[in-house]
Amino acid sequence: MSSALDRRHPDRAAASPDGNPAVDQGLVPPWRLRRHAAARRASTGRSRWSGWLYMMPALLVYGVFVLVPMGRTVQYSFYDWDGVGPATSVGFDNYRRVFTDPELISTIVHAFELLGFFTVIPIVVGLVVSSLVREVATGRFGTVARTTLFLPQIVPLVAAAIAWSWMYSSQGLVNQTLSLVGLDGLTRPWLSDFTWALPAVGLIGSWVMTGLCTVLFLSGMAKIDRSLYEAARVDGAGPIREFFAITLPGLRQEIGVCVMITIIAALASFDVIYASTQGGPGRATLVPGVAIFRLAFTEHQVGLASALAIVLTLLVLACVLPIQRLVAEKNP
Amino acid sequence: MSPVRVSRLTGITVLVAVMAFTMLPLVSLLSAALHPQGSVPTGVAWPHDPQWGNFVDAWNAANMLTLLKSSTLIVLGVVPAALLLSALAGYGLGQLRIHGETLVLLVLLVGLTSPLEAKIIPLYYQLRDMGLLNTRWAIILPLIGLFMPFGVIWMRAHFLTVPRELSDAAKVDGAGTWRAFRHIHLPLAKPVLASLALLLFLWTWNQFLLAIVLVDDPAKRTMAGALGYFQGQYGTDIVLLSAGALVIMAPTVLVFLLLQRHFIRALLQGAIKG
Repeated sequence: MSSALDRRHPDRAAASPDGNPAVDQGLVPPWRLRRHAAARRASTGRSRWSGWLYMMPALLVYGVFVLVPMGRTVQYSFYDWDGVGPATSVGFDNYRRVFTDPELISTIVHAFELLGFFTVIPIVVGLVVSSLVREVATGRFGTVARTTLFLPQIVPLVAAAIAWSWMYSSQGLVNQTLSLVGLDGLTRPWLSDFTWALPAVGLIGSWVMTGLCTVLFLSGMAKIDRSLYEAARVDGAGPIREFFAITLPGLRQEIGVCVMITIIAALASFDVIYASTQGGPGRATLVPGVAIFRLAFTEHQVGLASALAIVLTLLVLACVLPIQRLVAEKNP
Repeated sequence: MSPVRVSRLTGITVLVAVMAFTMLPLVSLLSAALHPQGSVPTGVAWPHDPQWGNFVDAWNAANMLTLLKSSTLIVLGVVPAALLLSALAGYGLGQLRIHGETLVLLVLLVGLTSPLEAKIIPLYYQLRDMGLLNTRWAIILPLIGLFMPFGVIWMRAHFLTVPRELSDAAKVDGAGTWRAFRHIHLPLAKPVLASLALLLFLWTWNQFLLAIVLVDDPAKRTMAGALGYFQGQYGTDIVLLSAGALVIMAPTVLVFLLLQRHFIRALLQGAIKG
């Protein structure tokens, strides 16, 4: 699975300006390649245009079902429209509401609170676990471990939400465990508690993402030159220094990929929340994804829903694109 | 004990603990699913008399055969088409090196990183106007489009690693770009296409938002969408809901476990040959 994951994100594909993996891996000095490429460019001028023919079908489907809808979301966001009658243009009114309506602002705040659970916890836990188990996660045991840790990525998020809702319920495992250790006072139906519902659904996200990050980090560690660790040990470095001096820099790319995947999953979360709390109790766990769904498809405020969708998209891009560039930079 | 032994022991303990935590929600589901229907189970407790028949009831209540058929049809509609389009475009980008490559990549990147919420509202109206709402096409067509950025970038990464000399040699033999693609590059790309197929299968099978927005009839949805409907129907019956959730997620888990072995075998073979 590890080699498959490595291609999950475009940063690897676009790692060098030439996009040539031979350059990224230091196999070919870039200047030699450039001369080579210039010579080839002259000889294959025709095929460089015929390449567009091969691109066309993909770009067509992509255009119709991704680019056009995105453009229309922008367009709708300037309308007051119930989805049935005529639409009236209202300028930036919908955006003004997104940033002044406390209910809508709270959805964005919730999305950022989820970042702690979807991004920070999985990456920190993933780093700690993978460095602790690096030596033992080999052979058949390692395979079983990787398969198990990957399971949350395989089951649909709705199923994860159903399983966790049951664990959080009054009769569920969480309360059972608390009672068992004598903490009866703390038991409660977690998902209907105004204070605890958001951290509780957040932890579902941690459960889904931690395995993915751990497996990615393990595969990244396998690529780090073993002699670096041996050299550090000779120099008398302890495990902590070893981690900060070798492991962490060596995992730059994997960490970057995890950060991007989990940020998108947190800010744009829908499945888990919709299937566990529907945004409740009250609006304690309402996130932009669920709010957009409700506004557009049950409350018939298509314009406002679209404006929220655009704001959400810009937030995601603002968080993800800088990391994408950071990861795409060549290692020093 | 030597420090090495201690660190090995810590490692194994941590790993087993993390694995147990990962399995906990599923074990908890299984424990609930085996209780007598209508009873209210508590936490994780092995029932005195495990009711394996609950799975049969859940299978029937969820209409599993119909659901399996529906999800399979959707996968068959999405995955082969998405693979073909991705391979073609990846070949164009990675081997033929088209003009305006950077622009194409940038446009694809926008689609890859922007959330589905940015597209779902107009998709609804677009598919309504096409007369495709409440049909499987309403899931199939948008999904092919949504998979393009990932699929194309994935295939481009593969075609970049194929030596250009291969195309040059084909050209010397008088083969055009199409014949070179069809007879040389496509067969070589099989393993890469296979892993892409595995991922696209999973993401199609588990697609939720598209399914609940665009298709009302659970019998025409993806498995995840159908599970959402099942939850709405049997939300209060925790025993049947747990059994149903396990039954509905079983196919993907089985396929994953099977292909995981394939994957590992392929990796091992590659390592031996390398």
